[in-house]
Amino acid sequence: MPTLRIPTPLRPYAEGQTEISVQGQTVGEALGDLTAQYPELKKHLFSDAGELRAFVNLFLGEEDVRHLQGVDTPLNEDDKLRIIPSIAGGR
Amino acid sequence: MLPDLSHDEIHRYSRHLLIPEVGLEGQQKLKAASVLVIGTGGLGSPVALYLAAAGIGRIGLVDYDVVDFSNLQRQVIHGESKLGALKVESARERMLDINPDIQVDIYNEIFTSENAMGIAEPYDLIIDGTDNFPTRYLVNDLCVLTGKPNVYGSIFRFDGQASVFYAEKGPCYRCLFPEPPPPGLVPSCAEGGVLGILPGTIGTIQATEAIKQILGIGETLIGKLLLYNALDMTFDFVKLRKNPNCLVCSDHPEVTELIDYEEFCGMPAHDQDEGSAGEGWDITAGELQERLAEGNGLRLIDVREPHELAISALEGADVIPLGQLASRMHELDSAEEIVLFCKMGGRSTRALEVLVSAGFRKVKNLKGGINAWAEEVDPSLPIY
Repeated sequence: MPTLRIPTPLRPYAEGQTEISVQGQTVGEALGDLTAQYPELKKHLFSDAGELRAFVNLFLGEEDVRHLQGVDTPLNEDDKLRIIPSIAGGR
Repeated sequence: MLPDLSHDEIHRYSRHLLIPEVGLEGQQKLKAASVLVIGTGGLGSPVALYLAAAGIGRIGLVDYDVVDFSNLQRQVIHGESKLGALKVESARERMLDINPDIQVDIYNEIFTSENAMGIAEPYDLIIDGTDNFPTRYLVNDLCVLTGKPNVYGSIFRFDGQASVFYAEKGPCYRCLFPEPPPPGLVPSCAEGGVLGILPGTIGTIQATEAIKQILGIGETLIGKLLLYNALDMTFDFVKLRKNPNCLVCSDHPEVTELIDYEEFCGMPAHDQDEGSAGEGWDITAGELQERLAEGNGLRLIDVREPHELAISALEGADVIPLGQLASRMHELDSAEEIVLFCKMGGRSTRALEVLVSAGFRKVKNLKGGINAWAEEVDPSLPIY
């Protein structure tokens, strides 16, 4: 199953998990499975209209899925997805 | 023409001069270079120390803050003797002690859309060591509009990121993060914490990238984002590409001058450590003490993480961490009067928003959190 790495700021909404196995043939299906497993993640990832939020950066391996086929990007069994968070700390 | 090096300088920088990629000419380039460091905190400390030691000829420091006791866990340029002193002055003194041959300019002010262009004008390269989203977007747009490289670093708990955003040669910060996250989603270091060594790792990477950029050597982080996790000890890289629709660095930019970044981000341009829920929704520590003394069934809800209870706690409070609030709302009764609190009021303000949007009305936020309670009501509790 593909895995999805959850960034630290979103872990409280995923019961503290760092990596979650997700089912799906595409990135969109995998995200659907993720939010089915952890419903509290949904509002952080999707707008009310169901669109992936602009600050959510989803990478498949080294590539930004926005530069692949977005949520329609096909997934293989051993693919690794990761959400890259916007963090601002520096002080 | 590059500046000459004195005999003393040749002696001082001999370990650089021995490296073929640096050599005498490289050291002269460093001497001729000027770098502006925004923030002299966690990231800014190692950046400023190493750039000074490396012999960057002119270094500007921007910060408006004073040295606080809780800074010393990670802001290694400052020491206990500098508590209460201006950070820029404390940093300059330490840098000139390391290397009196350099020029250190200090700007004891908040970096804003009004003063940013003027402050940055004399510098070749900008290092982003700020602690908040509005200033990060400001630094990015400034660098894009003025054609300067932006050496980026950011930290949270055990996670660090670094890149070089240089719009002339690659993507900018907005290509990766077109929009900031909504206020409150990403906790600040003041609220969420940060491993003290982490800014040391990321800051030294920023200083390394700055030096490479000035010398024109090696593979830089342009077009790449470094993702470091100190807990797993992993360094991962992802590819960044220019966004053809980027609002600031594309061929058809919509942002052509600096804007109001606090408005754009919907949050203030400083590390959000204190929370106020606003008029009518806050209760002060003193007021809470009076209400509790009256003894009329106030429900206290602590929305901090369980490990924070070992630091300080309020008697009689129930614990529902912010992340669990939505799923545990059935444990609360909207007919009851509820007072929410956390460390400083940031998370409890968000918790209040969650409850109010679910129809709760008799709910208040303890302004300043348990730290304010410790300061104003119960000095037996520590402040953290």
